[in-house]
This record gives sequence, C-alpha cells and structure tokens, in this order.
Amino acid sequence: MATAFAIPDTFESFLQQELKKDLLRFTTAGSVDDGKSTLIGRLLHDAKGVYEDQLASVQKSKVNRSTGLIDFSLLTDGLRAEREQGITIDVAYRYFATARRRFIIADTPGHEQYTRNMATGASTANLAIILVDATKSLLPQTRRHSFIASLLGIPNVVAAMNKMDLVDYREDVFARLREDFLELAAQLGISSAVCLPVSATEGDNIVEPSVKTPWYEGPTLLEHLETVPVRESASIDSLRFPVQLVIRPDSTFRGFAGQIVAGKVRVGDSVVALPSGKTTSVRRIVTFAGNLDSAGQSESVTLELADEIDISRGDMIVLSASQPIASTSFAATLVWMSEKPLVVGQSYLAKHTTRSVRARVTSVRHRVNVNTLTHEPTRDLHMNEIAVVEVETSHPLFFDLYNESRSTGSFILIDPISNATVAAGMIREDRSKFTAADPARSGRETLSIRSVTPAERFERHGHRPAAFLLKKDGLESAERALFAAGFETIILHSDALNRASFSHVFDLLHSAGFLVLIDPDDLDAATRHKMGEHSERIFFDLSNNTEQSSDTDLISNILTLAHSLRLGAVREKGD
Amino acid sequence: MIQVTTEEDERKDLAATGQPRSFATVGRLSHLRKLEAESIYILREAVAEFSSPVMMYSIGKDSSVMLRLAQKAFYPGKIPFPLLHIDTSYKFPEMITFRDSYAKEVGAQLIVHRNEEALQAGANPFTLGTQKCCGLLKTKSLLDALAEGGFNAAFGGARRDEEKSRAKERIYSFRDAHGQWDPKNQRPELWSLFNSHINKSESIRVFPLSNWTELDVWLYILAENIPIVPLYYAKEREVVLRNGSLVVIHDRSELQFGEEPRLVKCRMRSLGCVPCTGAIRSEADTLPKIIEEMISFRRSERENRAIDHDEEGSMEMKKREGYF
Repeated sequence: MATAFAIPDTFESFLQQELKKDLLRFTTAGSVDDGKSTLIGRLLHDAKGVYEDQLASVQKSKVNRSTGLIDFSLLTDGLRAEREQGITIDVAYRYFATARRRFIIADTPGHEQYTRNMATGASTANLAIILVDATKSLLPQTRRHSFIASLLGIPNVVAAMNKMDLVDYREDVFARLREDFLELAAQLGISSAVCLPVSATEGDNIVEPSVKTPWYEGPTLLEHLETVPVRESASIDSLRFPVQLVIRPDSTFRGFAGQIVAGKVRVGDSVVALPSGKTTSVRRIVTFAGNLDSAGQSESVTLELADEIDISRGDMIVLSASQPIASTSFAATLVWMSEKPLVVGQSYLAKHTTRSVRARVTSVRHRVNVNTLTHEPTRDLHMNEIAVVEVETSHPLFFDLYNESRSTGSFILIDPISNATVAAGMIREDRSKFTAADPARSGRETLSIRSVTPAERFERHGHRPAAFLLKKDGLESAERALFAAGFETIILHSDALNRASFSHVFDLLHSAGFLVLIDPDDLDAATRHKMGEHSERIFFDLSNNTEQSSDTDLISNILTLAHSLRLGAVREKGD
Repeated sequence: MIQVTTEEDERKDLAATGQPRSFATVGRLSHLRKLEAESIYILREAVAEFSSPVMMYSIGKDSSVMLRLAQKAFYPGKIPFPLLHIDTSYKFPEMITFRDSYAKEVGAQLIVHRNEEALQAGANPFTLGTQKCCGLLKTKSLLDALAEGGFNAAFGGARRDEEKSRAKERIYSFRDAHGQWDPKNQRPELWSLFNSHINKSESIRVFPLSNWTELDVWLYILAENIPIVPLYYAKEREVVLRNGSLVVIHDRSELQFGEEPRLVKCRMRSLGCVPCTGAIRSEADTLPKIIEEMISFRRSERENRAIDHDEEGSMEMKKREGYF
C-alpha cells in the first residue's frame, strides 16, 4: 500500500526521508451531519495516525452517538462540552504523517454561527476539503464554505462527496454534484477544484480505492493530499521583512530579527526601511547555525545592515526596487468575530504584520450574504457576518493586496477596551488616492488617477448592470421592487427623449451600472439593434410572458433574475 | 498529479546554493525547518510584546527543544527571559542534576519554585490522589510563581498533538486573573497575527511548539544534537509493576506492601514525577533507536502518565484550573 507509514530498510534512509518531507496544511468544512468529524477520524485512523491508547479510550467512552464499531468522530471532538452536545464547537488542530508528507489539519465546525472558526482554520491552510452530503443537492452551506475558502485565498479546494454508500455509489449522483460544484467554484474564482466520491463511515476512497466505485478513476482522498502540489497561498516575489525586534547584545552588533514573509534576501541587496525611507544594504544574514548568503520565504533570520539607520519593531525592510503600498486608507473585507457589533467610526487597534496602529472603519460598503453570495446594503456588522468596508489608520501600513500576498494583505482588529480580537481583515484596495494624503507621508511619489472601473462600480452597487424589457404597466412596480431590494435602478422612457439619443442615454446608464427598465414599445428596430451590439450586455426580455402569470409572479421572477446579477465578480479588462 | 520537488530540482538547487542546509528540502523548506521558523517567530513576537515573559522549563525533551529555539531566536543575544521550573519535590534526581548543569551551560537565569506550604503539610499523590496532588504541587505552585515574579507571558512546551483538549489550544492562550482557561471563549487566532492585549493580572500562555509532533521533537533533537535527560535512554533499572505501569524505584522506602523490585531494561517516554510516571520496557539506548521505536511502536506518550487516566477529560479540567 503506497500510503502506509512505510518503514525504510535502514534508519539512515528513514531519517533522510523524514527530514525531506514537506508540510501540507489543510482545513475541513462541512455542516453538522455532513460527516466531517467522521471523515477526519477515518483519515487519521486509516492513515495509522491514531494512537492505540486513544482508540482504547474511545471504545470505553461513556457517551456514544453512533451504532458502528468505532465512532470516528469521538477521536476528533476533543472538548467535554462537545462530547456531551455531539457537535464540534471550535477549531481543533490534528497532526498526521504518511511516508510522503506531514499534515496539519485545522478541523473547523460547520454550524452557521461559527463562520469565524472556519475563517480561522482557512487563514493558514494551503488546501480546503469541503464536505458535501451526496444524499442531498448542493446546499447553501456548501456555497458558504466554498466562499470562505475563496475569500481566505486557499489555493486548492477539494469537494468530498460523502455518504456515497447511501446513494448506492451511483455515478450519476456524483456527476451531477460534481458539475454543480465546479460551476460554483468557477463563479468564486477557485482555480483548482477537485471532486471525489467517498464514504467516510465505510472508508470508500478515503485511503484505499473503493471497489464500489469502479467508474471512478481518480485518486483517493489521501493520495490526493499526498501528491497535490503544496501551493502557498498568494505571495509576491518581492522581499517583505517585517521587523519583530532589534537584537543588540553589545555595542558591536545591531541586528533586525524577523521572518521573511515574502520574497528573498541576499547579502549585498539594496534595501529600504519603511517608514523612514532610508536606504542601505544587507551586510550579513545572521542565524544561530551560521551566516547565510541568502534566505527565502518563511525563514526566521536576523539582518545586519551596512549603515546605522533607525529601525524598530513594526518597521518593514524591503528591496528598494519593489516596495509595498504605504497608505492610511484602504478598503477591506472584514469577517466580524465578536458578539459586540462593529461601531463605525470607533477607534480599534489594527495589527498588521508586526505593526500595530489605531484604525477606524469609516463606512460599510455592503455585507456579503454567505449563503446566496449577494451583496446587501447595511450600516452595521454583526458576529459571523462578512462585509466590505473602508478603513483609515492613524499611521501608514505597508501592505500588498490580500489576493497578491496573504501575509502582508491581512490584519486583525482588536477592541481596545475588551482586548478581544473582533475582526479579521483582508485588504482589497488602496484608497490613498481618495483621501487628502500627503504623498511623501504615504511613501508614493505620484498619485495615479485612474478612471472608475466596472469592477469598482460592481463593488459599490453590489450588482452588474442589465436591461429589463417590460410592458409599460409593469415598469413602476418592478422598479419599486428592485429598488426596495437594494438595486440601483431607473426607468428609461422614450417620450422623455428623442429616439436618436435613446441608445446613447441607455449606454450611459448601463455604464453607470444601473438596472435599466424599458418598455419595448419605445424601441424601434434600429435602436434595439444598436443596444444589443455589445455582446457582454445582459438583457432580460419579460415583455411577452405577462399574459399567463400574475403580477406577483412577474415581480418574483424579476427579483430572481436581478439577484443573479449579484453573483461572481466583475473582472478588470486584461485580468 | 506530481510531486513538486523532484530529485532533479534538488540537484539544480544544490548546484545553485553550493550545499544543502542541514535539513532543508532544497528550494522549499522541509517541515522541520518550517516548524523551527514558526516557533522562532512566536518566541520573538512574545518577547517583543510582553513586558515580563518567562519560560516554563520542565526539563523534558520538549523543554529542551524550546530552549534551543530560544537560543536561536535571540542569537547572538542571550535568552532574554528567565526559566521557571515548578519543582514538586517528586522529580527524578537525574532531572534535577540535568536542569542545574544545562541552565548554567546555556547561560539562562533559572527560577525554581516549590509549594513549600503543601509539601510541609505532607502533600503526596498516594494519599491525596494524583488530581489533588497535581493541583497543589503543580497548578497552584505555578500560579503562585507567576504571580510572585509578575510574569504576564509564560512559554510552555505543550504540543497540540499530545492530548485531545490540547488540540484546541491557541498559540497565545489567554488566562484570566485566576490563571484559568475558558475553552469556549478563546480568542480567534488568524494567520500569524497574535493578540497580546491583556489587562493587569491577566496573562498569556504562549506555546511555540503547538504544531510539533512527538516525532518532530525527536528528529529535531537528533538533527540539532540537543542534550536530554539520560532517563530517556533505555538501561537496566529497578522497577515494580504498579497499576499496569512500570514504576522506577530509587529508594526502597517507596515500595508498597508486597512489592518486590526487579531489574528491567526500560526508559521514560515522558518525564514527570517519580510516583506518577511509568517507564516502558525498551532496548532503545540511543537517539536513533528511540526514533525507530517510536514509529514501530506508536503508543501515545502520555499513556504511561497516570494523570490523564483519572477521568475522561481530566486534562481539560486541569487546564481550566490553570495547569499547563
């Protein structure tokens, strides 16, 4: 068996194998009853990761929830309260190894109120396993789990279609779920999604290939985990070295200790210290094991610089040639983690890399409904909610956008009164160009003014533009319903304009991101043709099907169509 | 699906860098190097953010690794915090000898704390039971020592893979003014951004080895040539069989009625107090043999420590009360 903990012939070869292993960190997401704990228990058990005495203690446990021989979920649900309630209530970390790899699992609960735990587990993962119950179609929770995985920037996603035993291992059931999931993944911009048919209780395709799914030729779950490339989450190539502390044992040595969170550094590199902007070069890369010529991502080192410049904790050392954004104003996605809701305008502490500053949320752009992925207008933000907000800080942060660099694009917010960690943030956009920031202070030579893009309008409105063709008597009720649901909308009448300018006005409203409601009787053939020239534009023609359906049916139909405009993302040209 | 690091890659990288580092998979860090770098990062964060840190030093193998990581984190400076040993007075004599000489060797300040009051009252596991004895000699003693020293951050060598309740422990584990842990109300911990904000008299336990496994610890000791207490190595020792555990006898006065010690080749998988730490039969008298034993013979290292067996969830209860 390729996946067993193979013991090499000699100790020396074993040691070599052990020292060369790499590390894959993954997270698991699934709802109550999806069988997630059972799946992990099975994985640990079958991969020989469960120690004999822990198994023995499970067998004699007082609480027993299932009828099988061993209740695998008891291996993973650690805390007393969980054993009593039969649910997993916090992130738990598990460790196992095979002959090829070491694994760290962040086992996160799937219950709705625990979005924050899922985000926590996902924040350090290279891969996410999303549990799907094969006896059901894709549920809102799958959408939620996938969304959080994509939000936290996990590079690989695996959908484990579990409970295949309960659907008689039918290929068509798997194929349908697979198709639905891949569509969802594409919508969310998840580039690497893999689907597997499994049964955690029966052990099918977890470690060993199942004889009951002869139609499935892909890897088992463990094979996939062992062989999938360990992709670090988004990380830029340029050096990012947040200074943790200054090491100064005596007057002859002054070094800056930290972990290289992105890029690489070599002796002699020309570096700049932020925020001072002073330039110098790297004299030595010091470690306990000896000086290095170069060091790369994740290494903890101490840099000694050629010139004595003032650097302290919270500063960042970067290559002169490639610097991060320095700004006090940015937009970010927040996952709110505190029972006390966000207070717009209140002063929080933001911790970003090794730097702590005062920060306040100046506005909430919209909340993301994690089940429907739609954007909802809101002024506040509660526990387990996710929103795009605008943040201002007391001092500049040196950051990259989260989708380019996880380590320099992330921050947490801390309540200065309760000391609680209240939110996790992912920086989406620099807003220094929107504020009266002093260019010198923000570290940028020039402020580039660029036009507002469709993607930015999408962010603002929460939906893409479209045209709805409706009979005249339905226009106003439709507009009212759409407006009430948070859409930017307008009715375009031809009697207000002459026909020649109609298509031009439509173009403008469409570019502004509106839902434009039009009576088709106002359109002549030429205008209609001109409006349809842009193939990417979305038209919904509902002018013909009003006969049979009632007004309420029509309105709900319109709202359903409009909600589809909230999905996905608008790509910038050239993406 | 392919493995990312091929042998060819390694050769190329070898040619580029001249030599492989001691245990790096070239081009990407091996898991041990990643763990090491992460632990050093954690140690430095805590030292930078807390006014008064201390390192719990239990003399065991995990403590030895943690101490080495501290040497690395602050090199070429000295370890910038004292070591604290909670001495129950029931520790193996070999441990005390090792503690004193090793602390001197690495140049660290050592604080030894005992609950003298309880000891004078005769606290022992035989009459009190292990729970109460640990409560007095370890938990209370620890909390007293932290309060006396005014420490607001304490490094511990606990690993999440040791025991079920530890799997949910944060790297920065918040303790209230009574030193207690509330597992249902832990701070979320994202990325590697730790929240060090506490009020006066509250504290944080910091666990730099959270993500290490027992095997990682042994491999690191081997790769780094880290000194450990000789009790870990198998040799002939006088033992009796008590409640299914092999108990090492140092002094005939420890014998209970009817017990007759025998010479057995054995060793300790983890170090605790003499009465509550069982030995295992073993031929492993070198580090490589210990590691070989581990993988062929995978039994939880805590199996032979009576304290976790008291009651299902006993470790969780101890931790809630303030135990490490």
